[in-house]
Amino acid sequence: MDALVQLRGIKKSYGGVKALRGVDFDIRPGEIHALLGENGAGKSTLMKVLGGDISANEGTIIVDGKTANYRGPADAKASGIQMIHQELALAPDLSVAENIYLGALPTVIKWRDLNRAAGEVLDRFGFDIGPREIVGKLPIALQQIVEIAKALSKKARIIVFDEPTAVLSGKDAERLHEIMLQLRAQGVGVVYISHRLDEVFEVADRMTVLKDGETVGTIDAKDTDVAQIISMMVGRRMSAMFPEKPETEIGHEVLRVENLGRGRKVLGVNFSVRAGEIVGLGGLVGSGRTEVAKMIFGADPIETGKVYLNGEELRLKSPHDAVRAGINLLPEDRKGEGVVIDFPIKVNSTMAMMGKITNKFGFIRHSTESRDITELTDQLTLKCGHIGDPVSTLSGGNQQKVVLAKWMFAGGELIIFDEPTRGVDVGAKSEIYGLINQMAADGKAVLVISSEHQELFGICDRILVMGNGALQGELLPPDFSDENLLHLAMASGVAEQNGANDV
Amino acid sequence: MSSKATGGTSEVIEKRPFDKAEFIEKYSTFGIFLILVVVATLWTDTFLTERNMLNVLRQVAAGTGIMAVGMLFVILTRGIDLSVGSIQALGSVLCGYYIVQLDISIWFGIPLVLLSGAACGAITGLFVAYLSLPSFVMSLAMMAMARGLSLVYSQGQPIVLGKAGAAITEFGSGRFLNVPMPVWLMAFIFIVAGITLNFTKYGRIIKAIGSNEEAVRLSGINVPRYVASVYVISGVLAATAGIIAASRTGIGSSQVGVGAELNVIAAVVIGGASLMGGRGGVINTLIGALILGVMTNLMNLAGVPGYHQQVWMGVIIAVAMLLHFSVTKIKN
Ligand SMILES: Nc1ncnc2c1ncn2[C@@H]1O[C@H](COP(=O)(O)OP(=O)(O)OP(=O)(O)O)[C@@H](O)[C@H]1O
Ligand SMILES: [Mg+2]
Repeated sequence: MDALVQLRGIKKSYGGVKALRGVDFDIRPGEIHALLGENGAGKSTLMKVLGGDISANEGTIIVDGKTANYRGPADAKASGIQMIHQELALAPDLSVAENIYLGALPTVIKWRDLNRAAGEVLDRFGFDIGPREIVGKLPIALQQIVEIAKALSKKARIIVFDEPTAVLSGKDAERLHEIMLQLRAQGVGVVYISHRLDEVFEVADRMTVLKDGETVGTIDAKDTDVAQIISMMVGRRMSAMFPEKPETEIGHEVLRVENLGRGRKVLGVNFSVRAGEIVGLGGLVGSGRTEVAKMIFGADPIETGKVYLNGEELRLKSPHDAVRAGINLLPEDRKGEGVVIDFPIKVNSTMAMMGKITNKFGFIRHSTESRDITELTDQLTLKCGHIGDPVSTLSGGNQQKVVLAKWMFAGGELIIFDEPTRGVDVGAKSEIYGLINQMAADGKAVLVISSEHQELFGICDRILVMGNGALQGELLPPDFSDENLLHLAMASGVAEQNGANDV
Repeated sequence: MSSKATGGTSEVIEKRPFDKAEFIEKYSTFGIFLILVVVATLWTDTFLTERNMLNVLRQVAAGTGIMAVGMLFVILTRGIDLSVGSIQALGSVLCGYYIVQLDISIWFGIPLVLLSGAACGAITGLFVAYLSLPSFVMSLAMMAMARGLSLVYSQGQPIVLGKAGAAITEFGSGRFLNVPMPVWLMAFIFIVAGITLNFTKYGRIIKAIGSNEEAVRLSGINVPRYVASVYVISGVLAATAGIIAASRTGIGSSQVGVGAELNVIAAVVIGGASLMGGRGGVINTLIGALILGVMTNLMNLAGVPGYHQQVWMGVIIAVAMLLHFSVTKIKN
């Protein structure tokens, strides 16, 4: 079969960092081609070259047998190459419909037509989002879906999905896979980048693995398995995804939440977390998990109910109070809430606990800072040129590691992780699970929100399941299974239809 | 500092490579300044004399220089303070009011003036920080109020400092190592500000707030307190500029600093600070203020008529902006 697009010998450097060192890649019509590799391997960079967002230092792009010379993303789009970027590029103050048609808006907007057209795109692919909703107010998973709809609304011969499922729950991810299969049936060439290898194996026809900016190889999916792909990615075989838990003593009750509620999003939630315990918070997107976390952290106001830390009632007015009390929250929206993206890695990493790196006059002890953060970033296998470089120069997964570093450095007593491994590669994921286990073993109370069921099953002592703003039940390790979790998540019946957009 | 690339075979980069865009960004303001100085030197014989240089410095100190530091802090947090010119006038008037009319000794009078400036800044700051009102509007309100108060306290008449305020006027015309005292004061303020911005927690947080306020808030930092504080700093420094104005002319006048806020903002922006917050430095701000000072001086020496001067000022702002813009372009 002839390739739609061929990339030949692509090289790209940023300053001294060689992101790509001569990569070959091709996309055939009617295939799903997975692009895999560790964080910072160069996947997004390669796709940005394909999409005309950046230009390569060397190498050629051959479209339909002819060498293409892109001057910008518009040229690539014109030849039918659509991108769904890893980092969302939406206008938060505009509506869903406006975002979908941004760049193609007519001079005079007919709102009714625009909303109808957007509604059709969303419907056609089975997304339940109102075209009039303001994008910035949607949860991050639905924002991701708007980003996808934006690319799907255009005529495409090639669509690149750069980690579209990192924030999606299993159900939405499955729907997305159906869409990919539809596109494949229409003869579109699909590139799929993901760190969720089990998902990749469900749909991919071929797989290309990158490592440190070089191609390790391209294989047919049917000729390989997850273990082989992992060893191609990390250069060694990995023993187990979920590390053995150290001996951990479950201690006193650290957090107790009583009848916590706000509006229609959170309806009277009760639970507790003990020292040394890792408690999961599962459920569908929009079930109120993030809202619960933000209320405990003082980032959102509490309407009803009480929060107790070590038996004492807390009255938090802001995250400032929360951090002082020893509560940490790793937020799900990395770019908007997690990092100051133009600021250095080390500045971001110490931001939640600057007391550790300042003297009593407020002067920063730069050498202490560099030493501590280098230690942390090594533990997290963060791949960067220099810890003084801005976070914006990192790959997506490595940016996530900066957010992790920040909260590990803060070292609170209760740590809430909202999607901790979003976009992180398998090797690092395993490291992070090990670190979370270690935190619990050190006597911290840990609450983990995740849309990835395996993650919850792998590290949690028990899982609380939310649906429609209320706690629907609790699962203990013997009962850990997708069916049980989904059963509880949709217990209220209407969740299936409304869960996604009732936020 | 050791640099390190973890994971796989990627090489260890020992030194951060030379970055063209970063270089231009750092030194473009200085470049404009140098060009301007060369032009001025060639154009007139009087420019490069010690007397004239000190004159320029003194004008900058009494004019935009000191206030530009406060404005820089505000702009770093993505705010704007339009009230500085008015607070300067109020500072100048209160100097006379407290010391001459209320007969307070200058040891109490001067701190009182500074405190009044702080109070004005605090009012703006509290509204902006805790009620999330736009700084543009709140400082506009304070601009009107402070100017009004300066008229009220002076009853529209200049207050002559005379004998009671002799110490102040002595400061204004005094010199140390042949350099005017106000210039020393300005240098001191710039040094303190530079240390604060580059070496302290406070400076780091101020810049981060302008870049991504939500991320800073969710890091457990008391953002409103920091935001409010920059307006207080700006208010104090504007009042300081008012005292210097009074010390140089010997009168407290409500007509000081009319339109000064625009020059002050111009100095900060020419210095490469971004109105979108998070980016800007003290040294470049000083150079920005000096550029405006040298421009004015040059045009005076060259006999450019007053009305034309304004046009040229606009041109230099536009040129500086264009340069900064091209840097951002290169970067992407
Ligand atoms: N703008 C930039 N400036 C400097 N370095 C960059 C820039 N963008 C990417 N890099 C570097 O290029 C390398 C490849 O990054 P890329 O984003 O392609 O990784 P990736 O494979 O997509 O990783 P992830 O799985 O984490 O998304 C990384 O080492 C990254 O630090
Ligand atoms: Mg990527």
